[in-house]
Amino acid sequence: MSDTTFLEYVVFFSAAAMILGGAIGVIILKNPVHAALGLVLTLFGVAVQFVAMEAHFLAAVQVIVYAGAIVVLFLFVIMLLGVDESIDLSIEPIPIQRPLAAIMGLGLVGLIGAAIVRADDNLAINPGSGIDVAGETGNNDANIQQLAQNLYGDHVFAFQLTSVLLIVAVAGTVLLTRKWPRDVESSESSDA
Amino acid sequence: MIAAISTSSYLMLAAMLFAIGAFGVLVRRNPLIIFMCIELMLNAANLTFVALATQLGDINGQTAVFFVMVVAAAEVVVGLGILVSILRRRPAATADDLAELKG
Repeated sequence: MSDTTFLEYVVFFSAAAMILGGAIGVIILKNPVHAALGLVLTLFGVAVQFVAMEAHFLAAVQVIVYAGAIVVLFLFVIMLLGVDESIDLSIEPIPIQRPLAAIMGLGLVGLIGAAIVRADDNLAINPGSGIDVAGETGNNDANIQQLAQNLYGDHVFAFQLTSVLLIVAVAGTVLLTRKWPRDVESSESSDA
Repeated sequence: MIAAISTSSYLMLAAMLFAIGAFGVLVRRNPLIIFMCIELMLNAANLTFVALATQLGDINGQTAVFFVMVVAAAEVVVGLGILVSILRRRPAATADDLAELKG
């Protein structure tokens, strides 16, 4: 049992290092491609934490949708626009912006941390119906089955609205990025 | 299930991730990086949802994460579409240059 506990600590702290290291990479790296790779590191770390918390389906979706689709989309746009050059980070348009943002970030961590410490005792209450865990029920698909029953039962209307949202997003993006023939002519004449 | 790692640890980790993302949105000027920082904040929220779902034994938290992921995907698609159409005409535009709506 102590070995298991030790392993849980190792998993938590290595995944936490991945998450925070990747996040810091996103905000300090000059090259947008490197920042996108830092984002991948963070997303994989979050997926590891999901596995550690027995949310197996969400971990798989995290890797496929976030680390797969979304980051590939980011890299695709970076390459498409040709902005994969280093940015000069020493330019600071508003002089006091960075110290103020740092104070805000630390304050945010402090306030949320205080709320967590304060709420720590109340967290012991366990009002839910329980989450099925593969190791306890003996059913390896327990998590995905319970999630599916919840999604297609309680939240089926929201699920259907999600499909509307995705269709609207795809149609809107096509509309936004398409070059209309008339617009191309008028923009060329206006540019000239 | 008695977990060695307390829920508070996960919540603190999520708070730090959220603060880093918020800091990035405020200081970075490249719109693409700002988008990535928004993804960091969404992931922090997801981590909080899953941690509390596990702690409270409520699968609804995991369903919420599922919806957050779908909305994040739609948001990235639309946002990058807008960025592509802006940056095509004005390459190397930063967030400070896009101030046409400023009153």
